Amino acid sequence: MAIIRTAITELWGLFVDDGALALLTLALIGMIVAAIKLLGVSPLIGGAALLVGYLVILGESVLRHSRK
Amino acid sequence: MNNWTTITSTVTASFLASFVEVVEAFTIVLAVGITNTWRSAFIGTGVALVVLALMVIILGPLLGMVPITTLQFVVGVLLGLFGLRWLRKAILRASGYIAIHDEEKAFAAETAALKQQSGATRADYLAGLAAFKAVLLEGVEVVFIVIAVGTSHGLTFYASIGALLACVLVIGIGLLIHKPLSQVPENTLKLVVGLMLTSFSVFWIGEGLGLQWPGADLIIIAFFFIFAVFAFVAIRTLQNTKVAKISGAN
Repeated sequence: MAIIRTAITELWGLFVDDGALALLTLALIGMIVAAIKLLGVSPLIGGAALLVGYLVILGESVLRHSRK
Repeated sequence: MNNWTTITSTVTASFLASFVEVVEAFTIVLAVGITNTWRSAFIGTGVALVVLALMVIILGPLLGMVPITTLQFVVGVLLGLFGLRWLRKAILRASGYIAIHDEEKAFAAETAALKQQSGATRADYLAGLAAFKAVLLEGVEVVFIVIAVGTSHGLTFYASIGALLACVLVIGIGLLIHKPLSQVPENTLKLVVGLMLTSFSVFWIGEGLGLQWPGADLIIIAFFFIFAVFAFVAIRTLQNTKVAKISGAN
């Protein structure tokens, strides 16, 4: 049982260690999908927004950690 | 479209990411072998490899049933979470905000823990379990990386070759030097892998949403350089901030 719990924790940790980083990433992707599928925004603009969004989210995360 | 850019980047990403994971697993297996018995180390490793093989055999055909655009999108999202996490950690480690992962230290800690258990009647079982856990947990990451970087372009075979090369290289070097691979620049490798996986993520999420990227696969290289420049600037800025903080405190 303990090993299954460890495996699940490790699997979770594979994708999430800074919860805010993971949450912002998912929110960004969700917004881009909605903009393309529902508002008819060009996929190219969506792709560019994803790239810029990743940089902003990453910058915010490292900056926040460095200020702790 | 599978051109040399896609194949090379897939093999390289898989090789580098697997290399880092295999080095970490190798440290624990080596500690088990040296402190306890090689039999426990090999049994633990062998059972974990069988479990991993079963995972691949079960998961592989299931993935084949998912439509390619859905698969690209889902893998892109997972790679984004995975890659940004590695990138964040590598930037913070390189700038001195998080301690660098030290294989010598990990080896010493595992050896000390195993020595404490050596008096127990179940010492062999506990040592084998340690090797099993290490290989299984690091192996799951390798399996995910191979699936993630390989499946979206139907390049699982090439991704597997990258991972296999990493295993052979680490085990080969390990058998030769017979101690933890502490000279491996783990953080630099993690930084490069983080850059690659994040670049793949942007590319595949775009493709999954029906975007035809200008320059097709070649744009992955452009993404890599954009993230690399960002990481370099972030590391320098954070290093300078840390120096300024320390100077201000003195």
